[in-house]
Amino acid sequence: MGLIRETDFGTPVRQGEATVSLVIDGQRVSVPAGTSVMAAAMHAGTKIPKLCATDSLEPFGSCRLCLVEIEGRRGTPASCTTPAEEGMVVRTHSDRLGKLRRGVMELYISDHPLDCLTCSANGDCELQDMAGAVGLREVRYGYEGANHFDGVKDESNPYFSYDPAKCIVCNRCVRACEEVQGTFALTITGRGFDSRVAPGLTDFLGSECVSCGACVQACPTATLIEKSVIEMGQPEKSVVTTCAYCGVGCSFKAELQGDRVVRMVPFKQGGANEGHSCVKGRFAWGYATHRDRITKPMIRGSIHEPWREVSWAEAIGHAASEFKRLQASYGRDAVGAISSSRCTNEEVFLVQKLVRGALGNNNIDTCARVCHAPTGYGLKTAFGTSAGTQDFKSVAKADVILVIGANPTDGHPVFASRMKRRLRQGAKLIVADPRRIDLVRSPHIEASHHLQLLPGSNVAFVNAMAHVVVTEGLVDEAFVRERCDLGDFEAWARFVALAENAPEETERFTGVPAAELRAAARLYASAGNGAIYYGLGVTEHSQGSTMVMGMANLAMATGNIGREGVGVNPLRGQNNVQGACDMGSFPHEFSGYRHVADDATREMFEATWGRALDGEPGLRIPNMLDEAIGGGFRGLYIQGEDIAQSDPNTQHVTAALRAMECVVVQDLFLNETAQYAHVFLPGASFLEKDGTFTNAERRINLVRKVMEPLAGMAEWEVTAALATALGFPMRYDHPSEIMDEIARVTPSFTGVSYAVLEARGSVQWPCNAAAPEGTPIMHVDRFVRGTGKFMITEFVPTEERTGPRFPLILTTGRILSQYNVGQQTRRTANTAWHDEDVLEIHPFDAESRGITSGELVALASRSGEVSLRAVVSERMQPGVVYTTFHHARTGANVITTDYSDWATNCPEYKVTAVQVRRTNALSRWQETHQQEAGQLRRIAPAAE
Amino acid sequence: MTEVARLAWMAGRIAAAFDALPEEQAAAAIAAHINQFWAPPMRRGLLAADAAALAPRVRRALALVRPPASP
Repeated sequence: MGLIRETDFGTPVRQGEATVSLVIDGQRVSVPAGTSVMAAAMHAGTKIPKLCATDSLEPFGSCRLCLVEIEGRRGTPASCTTPAEEGMVVRTHSDRLGKLRRGVMELYISDHPLDCLTCSANGDCELQDMAGAVGLREVRYGYEGANHFDGVKDESNPYFSYDPAKCIVCNRCVRACEEVQGTFALTITGRGFDSRVAPGLTDFLGSECVSCGACVQACPTATLIEKSVIEMGQPEKSVVTTCAYCGVGCSFKAELQGDRVVRMVPFKQGGANEGHSCVKGRFAWGYATHRDRITKPMIRGSIHEPWREVSWAEAIGHAASEFKRLQASYGRDAVGAISSSRCTNEEVFLVQKLVRGALGNNNIDTCARVCHAPTGYGLKTAFGTSAGTQDFKSVAKADVILVIGANPTDGHPVFASRMKRRLRQGAKLIVADPRRIDLVRSPHIEASHHLQLLPGSNVAFVNAMAHVVVTEGLVDEAFVRERCDLGDFEAWARFVALAENAPEETERFTGVPAAELRAAARLYASAGNGAIYYGLGVTEHSQGSTMVMGMANLAMATGNIGREGVGVNPLRGQNNVQGACDMGSFPHEFSGYRHVADDATREMFEATWGRALDGEPGLRIPNMLDEAIGGGFRGLYIQGEDIAQSDPNTQHVTAALRAMECVVVQDLFLNETAQYAHVFLPGASFLEKDGTFTNAERRINLVRKVMEPLAGMAEWEVTAALATALGFPMRYDHPSEIMDEIARVTPSFTGVSYAVLEARGSVQWPCNAAAPEGTPIMHVDRFVRGTGKFMITEFVPTEERTGPRFPLILTTGRILSQYNVGQQTRRTANTAWHDEDVLEIHPFDAESRGITSGELVALASRSGEVSLRAVVSERMQPGVVYTTFHHARTGANVITTDYSDWATNCPEYKVTAVQVRRTNALSRWQETHQQEAGQLRRIAPAAE
Repeated sequence: MTEVARLAWMAGRIAAAFDALPEEQAAAAIAAHINQFWAPPMRRGLLAADAAALAPRVRRALALVRPPASP
């Protein structure tokens, strides 16, 4: 396979049924109305020379290279800014046009360094290409005149450089930052000949730039170029694969020299991202070959011994014999496994199959337990399926966007760019969040309402919204009558209409002024198309599942389900959270969300796998840990998760891990959890895998291997080998065969295969006989469960309470440049933006404690204490502090508690009562952690 | 075995979520939830708990919680 060169139509490809027909260079072509002459010509196979145009950006008309002749019109209009019209006759090449274009190119080249042979863009430079295309043979102006050759390079960004000497001021980078990314970090300074691209009054690193790479992608020269290309040269082949960071699931071209990645370039045909990217997917892939990768299997007798490198056979054999021993000694239920949302569907499917088939119990859980388990419970209860209702494109049709407990510009940046585009077009925005997230007010965007509710009060808030809808006659009665269970609706309507749910009453819990909440509710309910997007600020509460059902109630009551522009949309945290849940990773469900107690389903799996299966639900992650401390749970296989850092109440987690006799960790690095492990099985990065990820819009994307697994075995092969060693043979030659099995046993996947994914690029489940092309929008004519179910959502406050000892509320989250526990991103140059967790605190709370930005402070809760630096910030409201959990040495989860969602045990990360004070020392936990980290990670020297 | 206090707390939170339901319906909903999501060791622990440690509605639901088979 060579390098994939995607077609550039020059201007955006318009959609629409109405077409116009025109003649270009004697050839008739029909295109959607609104298409430019330039794009129409490209449809006809004619490339019109261009420099300032590219199809990710609206036409600009500055370079004057794309001039054409149109019969009946004077002059030579720019084809990029001229819409194709019915009957138009266009000529793209003539002597006159050639002369004009050469004249334009002469001007450009007279102020451009002629170092093509040594230029980093040599072979991938549109300026170079255009010089050839127009037949430039001389530059009559010479090269001695005024120029910009002395421009100083900006090398501040760790991933790309800016060389103003090579800039042709085409504005593509500036427009990409505005139109594609929506950050508006770049501008043109100066006028006329002095015009230069600039990231404001500072350098790129110090600017508003979020390093998404859109400007680099748009640049037609070497002005903005990846440092990896400068260092390595041009790639020679591409492999299209899927990003392994957040739940947006962007498609990328991995551009390679041999099996070395030169750069990751967002793929225009990717359904989720359509050619856009963020700093993580675009640039932060270096961890895959980081020197910290562990590539040899290891075992040890106890966690106090150094690791000993062994063969794969010995490691797998040892793990299997230990699990057998534990089951023989303590019972069948004494062992289990945790699968990962960072792994592929195929890998996850095999882990749960191993647990059910080889271990003979249902003690399988996944990291969705600590993020979106309430989404699964809530949406399945209300609508009948555990997934979001829309595709990402749907947001382009929304009239009002209600963002609850999500921070898309940090957590899901590529989707946030879509959302911001729609907001710039005029859609209204309501943000319900304790913090003033960036979306509340950013360039050309301002929320109509920022409902700065207190952590823990979501359900009171959503009930108050519903109260307004019901009591002010805003219910979509036709929708409710036709689509929903009327008895449930009436009971719910009576409940939310109670005075206790009025905004004036809930204000004491939420802190949101009643009048503003009423205005927001009216805006959402009368929107036309009202769309809800939410994140972990909804789910990670002791009422997370209730809140999900509350949002579903609100959407159904207002008729905002079942078409474009509406819906209830979870923004999933990790790349394959949706897929991991789909694949049967929960202890009570087989793949496709079917309960293990359902005899028909279980018998089907028994027949397929040839094993008797347990009909009882298994232990969830927190239950496994509780049982371990109680002595009933002794062995755990953990694939791709780091529960000692990610899960709440770290000291409880590590006590549970210490209590186990055999912990098997399969991972890229010796992570925090591996400190308590007895078997280490080296994992493989996404670049070393074939498989699939399913993103937050239920889109199944192919992951394609670009290099062989560094440890010699693919992760699915390791799981299969472990299952076989446990006496449950798994025989597959390729992950596609695992997907074939998934399709055979999972009704919503029966139409999915690698052949289908190769042919279509991606599909959104359900994909089966009823929906062979997949399902971008769910619940269009009827809910999956038949009628929509309204649930009564009583507000039950958390038992975590503030008081004199712990007067503040801590809420935790993440930021743009780091990902989850940071095992990947901390091993990249993304640390330039965030090299430590900090505590954001409101000026009022800071001042009353004598705290200034940059000072070390002690953060204490009923669970523990850590020290970290403070940042005084008005993003916070008084009484609420915030930190991230990206850095192991901080130990943010030492602070969080065991409180959890009533339905799913999803931890309550968002509400912890804390106190903050100045300090000059690390906490005891941090000191012990530092001392032990080296001790518990020792690797014995390899025997000669 | 998970601490009884922990199991009692979890069951209590489930009961609170169904607080708006009439008592009999609530008992059925609480028990159904526990039967659907709690592993046998947890149900065993809850059923063996001192009734005084349980919320009144949890106590009422216990009769509907499915006893696990012997380990």
